Amino acid sequence: MFAQRLMESYRKLVLAALAVGAGLLSAGFSFGPKYVLLHPAGPVAKSELHVFVFALELMAIVAVVVLALFFYAIVRFRDTAGNRAPYTPNWHSHTLLEVSVWILPAILLLFIAIPTVKTTFSLAHLPKGKKPVVIDVTSLTWKWLFEYPKQHIATVNYAVIPANRPVLFELTADSPMNTFWVPQLGGMEYTMPNRVLPLWLEADKAGTYWGHSGQFSGVGFEKMFFNVKAVSQKSFQTWTAKTASAHPMTMAAYDRLLKQTTVGDSTYGNYPADTFPTLASGFSLTGSGMYMVQHDKKGISYLPMVGS
Amino acid sequence: MPSFVPYLVHTLFPPTVRLPDILLIDFGLICAGIGVIVLLTKTRRWGWLWNDWLTTVDHKKIAILYLIAALVMLMRGGIDALMLRAQLALPTTHFMPASQYDEVFTTHGTIMVFFMGMPFIFALFNAVVPLMIGARDVAFPRLNAMSYWLFAFGAILFNISFVIGGSPNAGWTAYPPYTGLAFNPGPGENYYFLALIIAGMGTTMTGINFLVTTLKMRAPGMSLMKMPMFVWSTMVTSALILFAFPPLTVALAMSLFDRLFGSHFFTLARGGMPMMYVNLFWLFGHPEVYILIIPLFGVFSEVVATFSKKMLFGYPVMVASIVAIMFLAYGTWVHHFFTMGAGPAVNAFFGLSTMLIAIPTGVKIFNWIFTMWGGRIQTTTAMLYQMAFIPVFMVGGATGILLAVVPADYQLHNSYFLVAHFHNVLIGGTLFGLLSGLYYWWPKMFGMKLNETQGKWAFWLFLIGFWVTFLPQYLLGLKGMTRRMYTYPLGFGWHDLNVISTFGAFIMGAAFVVLVYNIVWSLLYGERDLTGDPWDGRTLEWSLPSPVPEYNFPRIPVVHDRDAWWAMKQKGQSLADLRPEDVHDVEMPKNSPIPFLLGASFFVLGFGMTFAWWPIAIIGFVGIILCLLFSGFDYNDHHHLKADAIRQTEATLGRLQG
Repeated sequence: MFAQRLMESYRKLVLAALAVGAGLLSAGFSFGPKYVLLHPAGPVAKSELHVFVFALELMAIVAVVVLALFFYAIVRFRDTAGNRAPYTPNWHSHTLLEVSVWILPAILLLFIAIPTVKTTFSLAHLPKGKKPVVIDVTSLTWKWLFEYPKQHIATVNYAVIPANRPVLFELTADSPMNTFWVPQLGGMEYTMPNRVLPLWLEADKAGTYWGHSGQFSGVGFEKMFFNVKAVSQKSFQTWTAKTASAHPMTMAAYDRLLKQTTVGDSTYGNYPADTFPTLASGFSLTGSGMYMVQHDKKGISYLPMVGS
Repeated sequence: MPSFVPYLVHTLFPPTVRLPDILLIDFGLICAGIGVIVLLTKTRRWGWLWNDWLTTVDHKKIAILYLIAALVMLMRGGIDALMLRAQLALPTTHFMPASQYDEVFTTHGTIMVFFMGMPFIFALFNAVVPLMIGARDVAFPRLNAMSYWLFAFGAILFNISFVIGGSPNAGWTAYPPYTGLAFNPGPGENYYFLALIIAGMGTTMTGINFLVTTLKMRAPGMSLMKMPMFVWSTMVTSALILFAFPPLTVALAMSLFDRLFGSHFFTLARGGMPMMYVNLFWLFGHPEVYILIIPLFGVFSEVVATFSKKMLFGYPVMVASIVAIMFLAYGTWVHHFFTMGAGPAVNAFFGLSTMLIAIPTGVKIFNWIFTMWGGRIQTTTAMLYQMAFIPVFMVGGATGILLAVVPADYQLHNSYFLVAHFHNVLIGGTLFGLLSGLYYWWPKMFGMKLNETQGKWAFWLFLIGFWVTFLPQYLLGLKGMTRRMYTYPLGFGWHDLNVISTFGAFIMGAAFVVLVYNIVWSLLYGERDLTGDPWDGRTLEWSLPSPVPEYNFPRIPVVHDRDAWWAMKQKGQSLADLRPEDVHDVEMPKNSPIPFLLGASFFVLGFGMTFAWWPIAIIGFVGIILCLLFSGFDYNDHHHLKADAIRQTEATLGRLQG
């Protein structure tokens, strides 16, 4: 019978898909290095992967239960001649079942909710005891500008960071919105005009980690790749010292960056002071929560982002 | 040559609409247009078109109009999708220019959500809700026609953008400040904002109409807890529409003001706050995804009961779960932007509220399985979509939970994992549900069945194509590919999965071709439905002949049970038990040209505003005012169907005793 053959092939198909899925899961973390999300290179990306995998495993339990019930039902209760399974056309209520389909998923979700909340809060604070490097990031059409406020140096489309030390990226945009994302170091955050958002990341070991924008911002958007090079603390200091003697970025050079173009990497020994908002509003990582808005003669301004 | 001609040509036909493929489409559209005009004139069908269709207020005809529009838009959105997948199949390809790619992903998303999904859902509402509740029409028939024509002219306004002036190109979410004049000077985004505002007004009116219809128009005896699940889902969806669309309209209007009148709500300059748009958009957008799925939960509940030959399991729980979803749907919108720095407390709250909404959704999945349990499952095409939906939607739901895990979302936001997730729920849930409903109610709408063998071919192609397209996209997300990228370099290991995904998309394209063949073949040669009850149905629409006469019910039924028609059949009541003395005169709404003219006026207003040609906009505005005034004082809006005429119709259908 046609219908029967269809059911049969559907069952086989889904069983095959399940086998493939189970294979993928077990192979999971031996996935090649191109699976950047599965190869974290820092504590932030690691904790994000950890809670992802935990939730995935719990979801797999749900999947097994639902699929087992489903396939049993569609195989056993087919409308075929001589099917001897019980036919109960008026069975429509079973209190225990109806209650448990609410309670059991709720319990399972509680297990996911706890690490979700814990990790969400822990990622919102810089690790204690390590002084972060601060890098001010501005997304432009279609390039990334990195400014090091302490070292007074700037780079375009790449950043150098010390390994094993948290880096506080302060994100803004002088362009349409983008997201700042370095998959192997940790999750993304938006860059928005007139806002400064904090994101801390850290690299466990030296290496070059690619980043990209995750928010469409125009025809050159897909070219918004950048590299984050993690080097030893010593090499970082050597690099900043060397870079300080490079040509400074002039306001004219910044204005050229504002144009809707794509450019290669470049390095500057200094940069104009007002290319990054010195004061901003919003959530911060330094523990004080929301920032106060201050009014002065020049208009609205905000208390500083980073206390240091 | 007058001096304004070059200006007109440059404005209406800039280089972006002079690409060879678009010129070819222009040519095709002109030929098709001429062909239709010639055909209508030759067969003297203009009167038929005007009297029977363009001015109709009959919910059954409006359903067909919605359906035609939805299928045409499904084709356009699908072709857009194939173009996107062709561009992405291989690294560093230039199948089309980057600017065109941006336009195509924008129109794909916008059309699939607003001009395919929504009208398809409204087609089903209109086709069966009044029949299911034993009513002769919706509460406000003329408003219903106005809803349709606002939607239709909104859709036309949106769709002409790619041949006149240039398409919008900022994604279906249209985040500012990219939509501002500084980055986006053409008319494309104006088209987007105006078309969605116009169509959105129609949608809001549909919401009001069906909320009132389901609350006030039910047959005697049909208490709320005796309504079919599809009617419940209609009511809940209508309530969601009512409160979800205003924030959208506000957000769109503010963006439009930024573009047309120099305000700075969301601009980059002068302290605009783009994130406020994002809040407003998703304050609409999250309820919207439930607007797009709850009706299909209703469809699946009807289909699973009918083809399992069994009562729906846990009806009160099913009702409770969609009502719970309705309330929770308003409390999850921030999960679309956990990565906008709202802080851990806000993010954690919305992560948890999102997980919470999974519970009632999961309850429904279990109840559908328990409905099949102990039944006799008939694998019709409609039921196959229902059965495919369960595992597909479960995967979509599970990946949705993963995205609700805030730290995981920091990594997965805007990646292909997200793209795969929402296509997983929108195709596996919404599209499969729409097609299930289409196969299920087609006989009621058109009087013949869709061919089952062809239908099953289309089904298997859709299902296989779906998995082949979107499973690789989950993996692409784990490889760090983000959405809306025009192309990608070779070195990231993205190309192999992209090729597979594109292959799957073309399988789905083939499925659509089979679906269209199935529809055309069945219209010509399909098996006629002479009983009115081809599936041995359970609800009142199956007590009527197919297609249903204008007045629906010659005598309003009295409902005693939940599956009203099933219970009547169990008690031995037949289809032809109408006594002549039961038939009385019936008051029916009268056709009106106002809805069509109102829609056309909105189109003129929208077109004028798109190009900031104010005289044209004012003409449209005056048209709107005139239509509303005329309609408001038009008391000649109904007519009486004589009992004799009804008796005669019923007699020819063989449904009259004696």
